[in-house]
Amino acid sequence: MQSPLKVSDVQISITSGEFAVREALAALLEALTPLELDVEETGTIELVLAEAMNNIVEHAYPPEDVPGPINVKCSRQADGLRFQIKDCGRPMPDGVTPIGLPVDLDVEFSDLPEGGFGWFLIKDLAKDVVYRRVDDANQLTFRLALAG
Amino acid sequence: MELDSQQNGPLQIVRVNSARIDAAVAIEFKDAMRQVTDTGSPTVILDLSTVEFIDSSGLGAIVASMKHMGQERSLVLAGLTPTVDKVFRLTRMDSVFGVFPTLETALDVHAA
Repeated sequence: MQSPLKVSDVQISITSGEFAVREALAALLEALTPLELDVEETGTIELVLAEAMNNIVEHAYPPEDVPGPINVKCSRQADGLRFQIKDCGRPMPDGVTPIGLPVDLDVEFSDLPEGGFGWFLIKDLAKDVVYRRVDDANQLTFRLALAG
Repeated sequence: MELDSQQNGPLQIVRVNSARIDAAVAIEFKDAMRQVTDTGSPTVILDLSTVEFIDSSGLGAIVASMKHMGQERSLVLAGLTPTVDKVFRLTRMDSVFGVFPTLETALDVHAA
């Protein structure tokens, strides 16, 4: 069932930093409350956005660089929520996102992975994930389907 | 990051007093876990019932905590809320830990 409630395009701008992702997520989820999303959908949105923005804070604006802007746009479409995340930091190495394979758990105890989950979660949960480098900016777009 | 610890015979119960284990606090969480688990209890139950959100950094910090304890000891997770449970299921990390829906069920199994 389509939610009768509308949400106009949401735009959030933050400056990269330690607690920037928390702030952006709180603002985004607040802006999406009219959609009356369930805990499952909210969790998926929060997780994918957190992973995408954590990557920006960690890799596009590494600690030795000057922090810069992160802009998140979200619009409601018939096929779900479409997101665009832009930043002006360093590009993806080789111009592409990591493939995001599941981590290998068939390993010795001491080799169990402590990272490498982020892109797997993004690619597993989001659809139409596209990365582009446009005019010295990184642009990541993806879609999150909504139930019902 | 504040962790409450309670010793119950050979069982140590560690409760996370925070709604999020995310990139902003992952290192702090890992350090706090190291300190609190260095008492050497063979089994540590990590009560996550107050944690509403965890990201891949938080997940990595829990794995690091388990590895720090060593293979002879066990870190058991209890009280996973829906989004936390989702992260463990999707990454299949739920197969690496003992995972219990509530602290009570974890205690029932481990107190025997």
